[in-house]
Amino acid sequence: MTTVTADTHDDHHDHGPAKGFMRWVTTTNHKDIGTLYLIFSLVMFMVGGAMAMVIRLELFQPGLQFVDPGFFNQMTTVHALVMIFGAVMPAFVGLANWMLPIMVGGPDMALPRMNNWSFWILPFAFAMLLSTFFMDGGAAAGGWTLYPPLVLQGGNGFPYMIFAIHMMGISSVMGAINVIVTILNMRAPGMTLMKMPLFVWTWFITAYLLIAVMPVLAGAVTMLLTDRFYDTSFFSAAGGGDPVLFQHIFWFFGHPEVYILILPAFGVVSSIIPTFARKPLFGYSSMVYATASIAFLSFIVWAHHMFTVGMPIEGELFFMYATMLIAVPTGVKVFNWISTMWKGSMTFETPMLFSIGFVIMFTIGGFSGLMLAIAPADFQYHDTYFVVAHFHYVLVTGAIYSIMAAAYYWLPKWTGNMYNEKMGQWHFWLSTVSVNVLFFPQHFLGLAGMPRRIPDYSVQFAEFNMWSSIGGFAFGLSQVFFCYIVYKTIKGGEKATDQVWEGAEGLEWTLSSPPPYHSFTTAPEIK
Amino acid sequence: MSSENAYYVPHDAKWPIVGSIGLTLFLGGFAGQLNGTSMAANVMIIGFLVLVYMMFGWFGDVINESESGTYKKLEDVSFRMGMIWFIFSEVMFFAAFFGALYYIRVFSVPWLAGEGSGATTNEFIWSGFEAVWPTNGPAAVGGEYEKMGAWGLPAINTFILLTSGATVTWAHWGLVANKRKQLIMGLAATVLLGFIFVGLQALEYSHGYNELNLTMGSGIYGSTFYMLTGFHGFHVTVGAIMLLVMLVRSIKGHFTPENHFAFEAAAWYWHFVDVVWLGLFIFVYWL
Amino acid sequence: MNKLKQLFAGGALLTFMSSVAHAEYGLNMPVGVTETSRQVYDLHMLILWVCVAIGVVVFGAMIWSMIFHRKSKGAVASQFHESMTAEVVWTVVPFIILIVMAIPATKVLIDMHDASEADMSIKVTGYQWKWRYEYIGEDVDFFSSLDAASNEARQVGSKIDPSTVDNYLLNVDRPLVIPVGKKVRFLLTASDVIHAWWVPDFGWKKDAIPGFINEAWVKVDEPGVYRGQCAELCGRDHGFMPIVVEVKSEADYAIWLAAQKGEEVVAKMEAEVALVEGLTADDLIQKGEEVYRANCVACHQMKGEGIAGVFPAISGSALVNGPMDAQIDMVMNGKVGTAMVAFKNQLNDVELAAVITYQRNSLGNSVGDSVQPSAIAALR
Ligand code: HEA
Ligand code: HEA
Ligand code: HEC
Ligand code: CUA
Ligand SMILES: [Cu+2]
Repeated sequence: MTTVTADTHDDHHDHGPAKGFMRWVTTTNHKDIGTLYLIFSLVMFMVGGAMAMVIRLELFQPGLQFVDPGFFNQMTTVHALVMIFGAVMPAFVGLANWMLPIMVGGPDMALPRMNNWSFWILPFAFAMLLSTFFMDGGAAAGGWTLYPPLVLQGGNGFPYMIFAIHMMGISSVMGAINVIVTILNMRAPGMTLMKMPLFVWTWFITAYLLIAVMPVLAGAVTMLLTDRFYDTSFFSAAGGGDPVLFQHIFWFFGHPEVYILILPAFGVVSSIIPTFARKPLFGYSSMVYATASIAFLSFIVWAHHMFTVGMPIEGELFFMYATMLIAVPTGVKVFNWISTMWKGSMTFETPMLFSIGFVIMFTIGGFSGLMLAIAPADFQYHDTYFVVAHFHYVLVTGAIYSIMAAAYYWLPKWTGNMYNEKMGQWHFWLSTVSVNVLFFPQHFLGLAGMPRRIPDYSVQFAEFNMWSSIGGFAFGLSQVFFCYIVYKTIKGGEKATDQVWEGAEGLEWTLSSPPPYHSFTTAPEIK
Repeated sequence: MSSENAYYVPHDAKWPIVGSIGLTLFLGGFAGQLNGTSMAANVMIIGFLVLVYMMFGWFGDVINESESGTYKKLEDVSFRMGMIWFIFSEVMFFAAFFGALYYIRVFSVPWLAGEGSGATTNEFIWSGFEAVWPTNGPAAVGGEYEKMGAWGLPAINTFILLTSGATVTWAHWGLVANKRKQLIMGLAATVLLGFIFVGLQALEYSHGYNELNLTMGSGIYGSTFYMLTGFHGFHVTVGAIMLLVMLVRSIKGHFTPENHFAFEAAAWYWHFVDVVWLGLFIFVYWL
Repeated sequence: MNKLKQLFAGGALLTFMSSVAHAEYGLNMPVGVTETSRQVYDLHMLILWVCVAIGVVVFGAMIWSMIFHRKSKGAVASQFHESMTAEVVWTVVPFIILIVMAIPATKVLIDMHDASEADMSIKVTGYQWKWRYEYIGEDVDFFSSLDAASNEARQVGSKIDPSTVDNYLLNVDRPLVIPVGKKVRFLLTASDVIHAWWVPDFGWKKDAIPGFINEAWVKVDEPGVYRGQCAELCGRDHGFMPIVVEVKSEADYAIWLAAQKGEEVVAKMEAEVALVEGLTADDLIQKGEEVYRANCVACHQMKGEGIAGVFPAISGSALVNGPMDAQIDMVMNGKVGTAMVAFKNQLNDVELAAVITYQRNSLGNSVGDSVQPSAIAALR
């Protein structure tokens, strides 16, 4: 991976392979680190995707054809952990690294050495997580939500999994601190907070979410560790504890976490749509306030994941109402995007296609989220494929789509080369058709009664599962195609101009493509 | 910040990768040790040593850069913000455990004892269990134990920590007024108090384990007690070591009245540890 | 790759065939057979249609704009970018829509929570991986696990076509039986990990949490057989712990209940006899095999080989081949914090003696001794 990208970013010529490698290990440059993050994320997307393929393969037909049920559960669990902590979060951190200093007109991230460490913890953490597959008892199999007492039954991999999560947490917190400090301290003169691009704003708020909840996750998994190895009783009724306590702590982390996975996506889309509509973003300040409201609300809705644990009715009502409220600020965002497009002069290059795909399909995922928020109905939906459909719409056609959009949007800036537009459009259409074949039928499966996290099902579910699997394989192959497009673009292609897109606004387009090693050595003028 | 030299971006950093390797060895060894893998403890120790080496190296570099005047106002602000948000993340870490304690006392123990809609739980599973605090649960996990009183050692420890908060502030005044002696005396006193606190805490644990039969296995009371006080004790130790380093640096003549971020960071950390202790004293020992 | 191609081809074919075969496959939530389930269904449809309506407006506007405001049509971008009125409208209108949804939701929720004045209570306990039903005050108490036919077909590589199995994965050996038209209260708990009890036709699911009891209730309108599944990941065989509820008319229910009590009495008497008279080692081993197959194979596997790292092997186990006391203790009391639960709550003295003897003398072990039910009884 080093050699591929080394040519693109290193404009010093005389480096041998050894130096070439150490450059990436010791770099403090925000663009290098951003590149590392993005490549790491792509690799993890493939790893997590490969696990999803195992899941879809086993679910292709009823009956157990390929894997043991225990192994299937490991696949489900690690698929989710890898996708969330290994693919989506690092992708957004990579984008932040690349773009934030440029967007605020600064020379680099505020704490460059720590920035390096934030990244270089990750490969070790994931090596540790994935190594558990080779241990006695295999990898974690209790679901990514790690509910005790089940998760405590794990084999030798258990403590490694816990510590891997600790490491990811350390990395995320350091990354988030860096983002906050960069935004607060590295802005060019004149770049007031309310002039910052929305991507910067959404990341700013995301970083606060990260700092607030990753330590809570660390605390939760630490309690798991001591319950298993040091005789504590946090999650055991016999000693006065409560398994549900873990769920509360986990979801206090977990719900803000899902907004960590979507707020930067909102930022990306808010940058791209105005560019291709050739029209300023509609309702900038209401976008900022909506983001902040979503972040605030995300702290008081966590128990909507736990409607069936037997909460008192007051609790269920509170969490139901609070959750429903999130539709309001999210709706504001959707309406603002549409108003931005309205009466614009639109063209539909690949980044725009992915952004439009995002708006439509994220909204579909949001609608199913709203349905889940209705507590009495959730008693039926909960832990079925309806939920699986919901969160893949917001995660895959939400978060992942925005990452794809961002990649196409900024690749020319990063590499200095245009990607192949025709291939990009193919990638979009292949993905969009297949992803809907993949996840839309899962709504029906869930409503018809198929529970999630099962390796085998009764025959009445056979048909939709088959569709879903076929869609899954097709979507997977489309992403292999994406890798090829990215590789081609890094290798060469039509040279990109500095402006790249006709309608693009913002500081990143004032720099050369690719930008100089140190972004803004002299602070830019802010209008 | 408008010219290349305005903001310091170090050229390359080798310490992070050393740190990653150390962290991986340490945690991997720890995990192996928990599984009872042979030799894992050694890996853990090696990892720990690598981490210590990393910290010496990394902080050493930073100290050199700082003392040679590489950092200016802007870098200083970055460091300060970084430290503040780091401390905030630590606050949230403790919040998880305080939250657990709160939930246990307000929701789960009463439920097990049949309050609220838990009547059937008390009828069919744990009949006769009553909600009192402290408790080691309806199955009396870990056997009979005694509660850790608030007004013995813990009260003394409260006094010690509060005093140390004052001495560190006094040292800061000395630093700002360029009274080196006051700085060094104040710091020395703080460090000493910090280590006395840790020592007394160890004494208290030994008392708990040996005389009160209060262990981590004493149901939920033992669990929350040792987790909260244990993580706090660990943070006190870290804070005291930080202050010790500041003491050594002060003796070496580092810091100026204008430029002493490291000292302040350590002091903030110390105050944070102090505040957490007050929370512990009230919610773990007293109420 | 070849395998994949086959799969694709087979897939396309199967799709056509199966759409013929299962014409009645579900697309939507079942309306169900209780007042609650109907309310939930109505609520579900209400929100669904509201979302569809909002979707039509939102996506309609988007598509309109994509068609007419494109550069290739010569559209010139206007530069407006703010409107307080618009912002207020699309904050307030969704808010009102939400309130309209929240009102019926609140009402249904409150109804569902009211488990008072039940006609009868059943305690439901989740085990890895089966359900236990205790009829409170009736002395009826039994386990319910996946039926043998499904269990055989679901083994990896069994080569049995699931569509030839009756109610594949949705059938049990002993269903729960309840009377029609009575308010039945369920007390849900679990012995090892969290499970969730769910029959879609009843309109709800609820978690069964070890050490805690959750309440829920049903009042079924029509007799019939209703099927569901465990709905909370509970380990390896989570997908294989179905629920079957037979709802009978009151008279049929009474007959069933009486028969059930009779069976329990007979079983108890047999156990009593065995306790006094003792059993031969061969009898014990034979009975032990049954018990082992029903209770232990899920973890320790058919041939006692276990699953490395998670479930220890019984074959060649030092503990099983060592002094018997340790093994008896392990089986009766389990080991706290592991999946090995205390079986003394699940099995009677005869069954315990039998399975312990079986393990010592089969599955590749040949210690040669045996234990009598009376010895187990003495240890209770
Ligand atoms: C990116 C991640 C992401 C996002 C953004 C969301 C967004 C939302 N989610 Fe989702 N959710 C997940 C990821 C996410 N979720 C995951 C991973 C899980 C499963 C975890 C697990 O168990 O493994 C989950 C599970 C989950 C549940 C638990 C289900 C269950 O287990 O039973 C619930 C219940 O309330 C829920 C609700 C919502 C709601 C109300 C939103 C809202 O934010 C959506 C708001 C958006 C809209 C509503 C659309 C746009 C709005 C308009 C056009 C305005 C007008 C609309 C109306 C007035 C209706 N989600
Ligand atoms: C950001 C998060 C994210 C992303 C991107 C995805 C992406 C995908 N997910 Fe996943 N998923 C989750 C988060 C995510 N998921 C979570 C949180 C859960 C819940 C876990 C739990 O229950 O604990 C879950 C669970 C989950 C399930 C339910 C499992 C169960 O309940 O048992 C399924 C089943 O279909 C599934 C499928 C997929 C598929 C097909 C993709 C696809 O989009 C993946 C596409 C990508 C690739 C395929 C990689 C590229 C290609 C290759 C590597 C080459 C090989 C390709 C072929 C052979 C075709 N996911
Ligand atoms: C849900 C899973 C599960 C089921 C069902 C189960 N066991 Fe176990 N069993 C375990 C686990 C896990 C252990 C290991 C406990 C430990 O860590 O020592 C174990 C250990 C044992 C041991 C000790 C083996 C050794 O070498 O240490 C014996 C004997 C045993 N079980 C007997 C039984 C019998 C008899 C049954 C059925 C009546 C049974 N088990 C059912 C999970 C199970
Ligand atoms: Cu029991 Cu899932
Ligand atoms: Cu949520």
